[in-house]
Amino acid sequence: MNKVENDIERLLNEDHDRDISYSASGVGGLGLGGFADLVKVLGTSTKTTDKLNALVQYFASADDKDKVWVIALFSGRKPKRAVNTTQLITWCVEAAGLPGWLFGESYHTVGDLAETISLLLPETIPADQISESKPLHFYIDTFRQIEKQDESIKKQFIIESWDQMNQNERFVFNKLITGAFRIGVSQKMMVNALAKFTSLEASVIAHRISGNWDPSTTTFAELLNESPTITDYSKPYPFYLAYALDADPESLGEPEAWQVEWKWDGIRGQMIKRNNTLFVWSRGEELMTDKFPEYHSLKDVLPDGIVLDGEIIPSIDKKPLPFALLQTRIGRKNVTKKNLQETPITFFAYDLLEYNYEDWRNRPLDERRKQLQAIIEPLTTPTIILSPIVTFSKWEELTELRTTSREMGAEGFMIKRKSSTYQVGRKTGDWWKWKIEPLVIDCVMIYAEKGSGRRSNLYTAYTFAVKDGDKLIPFTRAYSGLTDKEFNEVDSFVKRNAIEKFGPVRTVKPELVFEIAFEGIAASNRHKSGVALRFPRINRWRKDKKPDEINTLDDLKQMLQVYGK
Amino acid sequence: MALIEFSDKGLCCPQGQFYIDPWKPVEKALITHAHSDHARWGSQSYLCHQYTKPLLQLRLGDNPYQTVEWGETVFMNGVKVSFHPAGHVIGSSQIRLEYNGEVWVVSGDYKVANDGLSGQFEVVPCNTFITESTFGLPIYKWKSPGQINKDIQSWVLKNKELDKTSVVIAYSLGKAQRVIQAIAEVTDKIYVHGAVYNVHQTLINAGWKLPEVHRITPETTKEELTASVVVAPPSADGSSWMKRFPNHVTGVCSGWMQVRGNARRRNVDAGFAMSDHADWPGLLQAVKATGAEKVFVTHGFQATFSRYLNELGIEAGEVKTEYGNDEEVSPLAVTDEDSIETDESVSDNPEAKTFETNE
Repeated sequence: MNKVENDIERLLNEDHDRDISYSASGVGGLGLGGFADLVKVLGTSTKTTDKLNALVQYFASADDKDKVWVIALFSGRKPKRAVNTTQLITWCVEAAGLPGWLFGESYHTVGDLAETISLLLPETIPADQISESKPLHFYIDTFRQIEKQDESIKKQFIIESWDQMNQNERFVFNKLITGAFRIGVSQKMMVNALAKFTSLEASVIAHRISGNWDPSTTTFAELLNESPTITDYSKPYPFYLAYALDADPESLGEPEAWQVEWKWDGIRGQMIKRNNTLFVWSRGEELMTDKFPEYHSLKDVLPDGIVLDGEIIPSIDKKPLPFALLQTRIGRKNVTKKNLQETPITFFAYDLLEYNYEDWRNRPLDERRKQLQAIIEPLTTPTIILSPIVTFSKWEELTELRTTSREMGAEGFMIKRKSSTYQVGRKTGDWWKWKIEPLVIDCVMIYAEKGSGRRSNLYTAYTFAVKDGDKLIPFTRAYSGLTDKEFNEVDSFVKRNAIEKFGPVRTVKPELVFEIAFEGIAASNRHKSGVALRFPRINRWRKDKKPDEINTLDDLKQMLQVYGK
Repeated sequence: MALIEFSDKGLCCPQGQFYIDPWKPVEKALITHAHSDHARWGSQSYLCHQYTKPLLQLRLGDNPYQTVEWGETVFMNGVKVSFHPAGHVIGSSQIRLEYNGEVWVVSGDYKVANDGLSGQFEVVPCNTFITESTFGLPIYKWKSPGQINKDIQSWVLKNKELDKTSVVIAYSLGKAQRVIQAIAEVTDKIYVHGAVYNVHQTLINAGWKLPEVHRITPETTKEELTASVVVAPPSADGSSWMKRFPNHVTGVCSGWMQVRGNARRRNVDAGFAMSDHADWPGLLQAVKATGAEKVFVTHGFQATFSRYLNELGIEAGEVKTEYGNDEEVSPLAVTDEDSIETDESVSDNPEAKTFETNE
């Protein structure tokens, strides 16, 4: 026997051993099929209660190890990537006996790689038949084991696994490999489902499952044990998010009850110092400590056992620099001296969540703010400052001040009730964001691409252009802002008016005019237009305008002069 | 001169002096089946299968209709014409033309699987085959009609247990009859939307043995509808008509439900990938079985399917028609199949309601 066969033999034996241990432990009755069913309900159900019930049911009957992985997957963690996309596609078309281009056509229609593969593979187990698939964690463990192995071993594992699965299971299996588990479940819903099993509060669970933990070494009991000790010092609290204020601020009542701050356009972050170690988390729960070396010095000035909420933002002399500059920092693995000089990062602190290792979230905002001030004000470093409070006595004054937001480098105000506790997630009533009106520009659609997920097989991703003499200059892409009905209308326009095909992109007759809204504009030498927009989205479809009435490149450049700093 | 030419009015047989499924009024129209993208108003005379006639009367009113049976031969200016089962909906037929020893077959819409109502698709050997390609991608592979029926049945039963009303969305001609037959096996009373009712009654009057259904009217009470089963056309989905159902769940029967994104986009509780069109293996099977040396691919994924056929060594070309919708029939757009039911005023038109029994 040659080496490869030996290895396969050995792996199969290990599989076999594990199989025995699974069945011996008497759990894992659900297997991957149970998880696949759960994903199906979560992905297709239209009612929150149905989704919640499905989660509760799953957590009630699944293997503990699988539960840990489900929590991990649904909070954005990924298994080890054992094989790459090209390999998956190659093995799929080989098994299905199809030419590669037909895979491409299918993928463009389905809009999801894992699903495309699951639909193209020849059926070995009918969808309604119970397969003999193994528990979720078996597959994830195996991915880790075969990661460094020869391609032939990987291939054999993948193909054999496919053969033992129905289409539903293949879909989630492929999702595990391609590593993008974005299905219709929010972290909040999962937390609520878990709260039904333990005596822990939802906010505590949200805290436990956030941060830096490894699902392959963490047990379900460790993750959700009921004793209140914080075992992992790096853990952030779930962020409290504000709702947009659509009404007049007068509707909020007495101004004295409210604390107002500028709304900064940086990265929302938590700064944690525990056990004499500093951690910086983004709202996306990404640990960013190493990206911002200027923060490291804060370890020496901040008290231990503290958690701050604030904005990660480049600034000089307490004045924010454009967001585009922050982006030049985020993408980097190594920060140069030049970076540190040109775009020094500051932490604009606005809340105190933990002090002296004590959870302060249930204290009122004004008490937290007072203590925050006491901690930050004495510091002399430019790396951390207090996000200033905007003083005003009447709402009209605030309305007036709001028009100066852009000059302040802010995008409006945060309005927080002084008596508010620090809640979990987006809650209405106590915290409001009152943003300035976006900048807008009229332009024409020139390219379209199909979307993915619920927009698969519809042209919903567009590129827009402004005029420059008789030329059209593309300057931004946008994916959102139209209703489903409007997307269908545009989709049908694209299908009727496509001029050329470049892979998945269609060039379209420049006829449809849209108003694009955006939050900011910056110079960019990576774009043909010379500008990059912040948060571009479709504001409305200007059916009343013709393509020759759109804005020009000069208009954009003028905006850059005024707002681009 | 080719036996069939693709003109701006539709598929034209110059020698026979007739059109097949024309989309503009012509003198003589041969109709493959009664869906409105294939059977259009305004022609001077129509030739169709006998099962199709009452459906055309329902939709198009009174016109000079001539009917044939499957396999019966009619000569039209020297062209030998016959109709053969297409398995798509009740009465749907492929049309075979023969002249000077050359045979062409226009398949209309078809499916290879037998749904128990529409007849078994017949392989008609020919030189040139004109095929649809609505689901001409290898991702479309249907479960057997029996299995799909079981899926729908168990969904309906589960809802009943939970005291929920099941609203099954299915085209009023074709899938509605399949769904009603399947549901009748597990439930006593079936309620239907007016558009479904009209087609159903037309078929019953024509002699079809179909389960009894109840038309929903303003007088139908909430109590009657609670935990019941309702069959409605796509146009009803999301409309105010649906508001009358207490605690209802919606299940859509459509081939597009094969892809998750479509089900999510339509915001339905359940999607059943049930179609009256051939799936990918079905299309390939049909094309190969005809032995045709030349294939024309119409409405659907025609570019993809014809390219694939060419790679298999079967000469194939795309043809633009006004059937279906466009190159890529959008799963959300109202297809012509819908319009047979979207316009209730047509079916409620008293003239159109004068059914004629066929037997």
